[in-house]
Amino acid sequence: MRNPLSKEIVNIPPSGIRKFFDIVSEMKDAISLGVGEPDFDTPWHIRDEGIYSLEKGRTFYTSNAGLKDLKVEIARYLERKYSVSYDLDHEILVTVGGSEAIDIAMRAMLDPGDEVLIPQPSFVSYLPCAVLANGVPVVIELKAEDEFRLTAEALQAAITPRTKILVLPFPNNPTGAIMRRGDLEEIAKVVIEHDLYVISDEIYAELTYGEEPHVSVASLPGMWERTVLINGFSKAYAMTGWRLGYACGPKVILEQMLKIHQFAIMCAPTTSQYAAVEALKNGDADIERMREEYDARRRYLLHRFREMGISCFEPYGAFYMFPCIKKFGMTSEEFAEKLLECEKVAVVPGTAFGAGGEGFVRVSYASSLSDLKKAAEHIERFIANLAQ
Amino acid sequence: MREKILTFIEKNSRIAIKELAIFLGVSEVAVMNELEAMEAEHIICGYHTLVNWEKTGIEKVTAMIEVRVTPQRGMGFDKVAERIYNYPEVNAVFLISGGFDLLVTLEGKTLRQVSQFVTDKLSTLDSVLSTKTNFILKKYKDHGTIIADAPKDERMSITP
Repeated sequence: MRNPLSKEIVNIPPSGIRKFFDIVSEMKDAISLGVGEPDFDTPWHIRDEGIYSLEKGRTFYTSNAGLKDLKVEIARYLERKYSVSYDLDHEILVTVGGSEAIDIAMRAMLDPGDEVLIPQPSFVSYLPCAVLANGVPVVIELKAEDEFRLTAEALQAAITPRTKILVLPFPNNPTGAIMRRGDLEEIAKVVIEHDLYVISDEIYAELTYGEEPHVSVASLPGMWERTVLINGFSKAYAMTGWRLGYACGPKVILEQMLKIHQFAIMCAPTTSQYAAVEALKNGDADIERMREEYDARRRYLLHRFREMGISCFEPYGAFYMFPCIKKFGMTSEEFAEKLLECEKVAVVPGTAFGAGGEGFVRVSYASSLSDLKKAAEHIERFIANLAQ
Repeated sequence: MREKILTFIEKNSRIAIKELAIFLGVSEVAVMNELEAMEAEHIICGYHTLVNWEKTGIEKVTAMIEVRVTPQRGMGFDKVAERIYNYPEVNAVFLISGGFDLLVTLEGKTLRQVSQFVTDKLSTLDSVLSTKTNFILKKYKDHGTIIADAPKDERMSITP
């Protein structure tokens, strides 16, 4: 028989997280701080709207770009929160999670050989999506001493004549890093100077802590026209399983993205879209409640790591900590495996998010405070034993 | 800060001051001062435990009694309410808008004990016009807490 497979696909390595998942799932009663999704249930009023839409028999397709009501609410939300405006009819596309938006944005914008700058450590999908879109991924290593922010110098150094897209993954999974307005302004200068486009993955925008709220790069002068903004409902409203996100940007890009979406997906799930209308209309208080809970956990865990003498910069975004474990003389993978084996606490090796994650582990605080406390005690005991 | 402290301790009054300080990103002294001040001002009126008595096997009966009363001149409902809430077996007394005036929550060991209180003590008060006793059959949610066993975390243990 002939080989049924595409060489290109076979050559893409599977997600580094997979192997670790297999080890963890075989272990009973492990405390997992390896989860990349909220531990809250979707707020009831949002679930209720989803149920109601089913009761009313709203089980049809929606238009390709999404329900008009939902697009209206998305436009209002982005204007209200981040001062960016998008036209309902041509500049907003409702997708199956932020993930689909990342995929089709790259497909719509890349020609073979075009380079995509991907700051790492970051979410696992950017690199393979760039490859699947025939692009050439170019990794920019983010540094702990910059608090894992992207600097203009690092960006400048990675640009070649073939560079077309910069992925901006902030607030960041797995580091929890954010980009302040000033940081983004520096980046914007370079982007405009070199005529690049930006895919800004702002799925964690609502989970920003401290005084300054999240700033969208699309709101900076000269950036709207070169940015595809990606956001969604998974993290802010604890709606991961509903698979709903959106992309916004200039019509010229969005209409090509819509074409791919039309042929590959048709439309995002209708039930989820009805639920999402309710989320945007009446969900602000839920976001605030969850954000405050995450914030308390964030402070707690940071305090505990520092108490243990583990160095960790203070993350102001998402729900992850990215402590440095270099001083224990193990690779990230060894550390994570040993911690799991000895103390039954699961964290994710930093290397799952790019080679630059070596020496770090991702610790998710999307877990109850009582679990976090227990896990912290176990980690403390683990490193005390290592020291002996 | 008060609202945040109250939100936390309303859910968990046993939270350590040290931890509360970490959660809120303020000093322990600041938390302690606020707590003491709120106790003094009677904003914090008590620290109670939510018990699911059903699971202990100990018999308890709770009734919510709708009471219609004649308000007294110059004192409104307060005087009648006071006469009722001073009984130790009375758990809670609320002034209610709608079809009746006072909602009295009562806890007893047996049905008989509760009904005896109603017939002997409550109905015989001068200003009480009528009572209607509703026994609680099952508690689903109380003080914002769902009584049923906590659901298991069904998320996958590792996700990107």
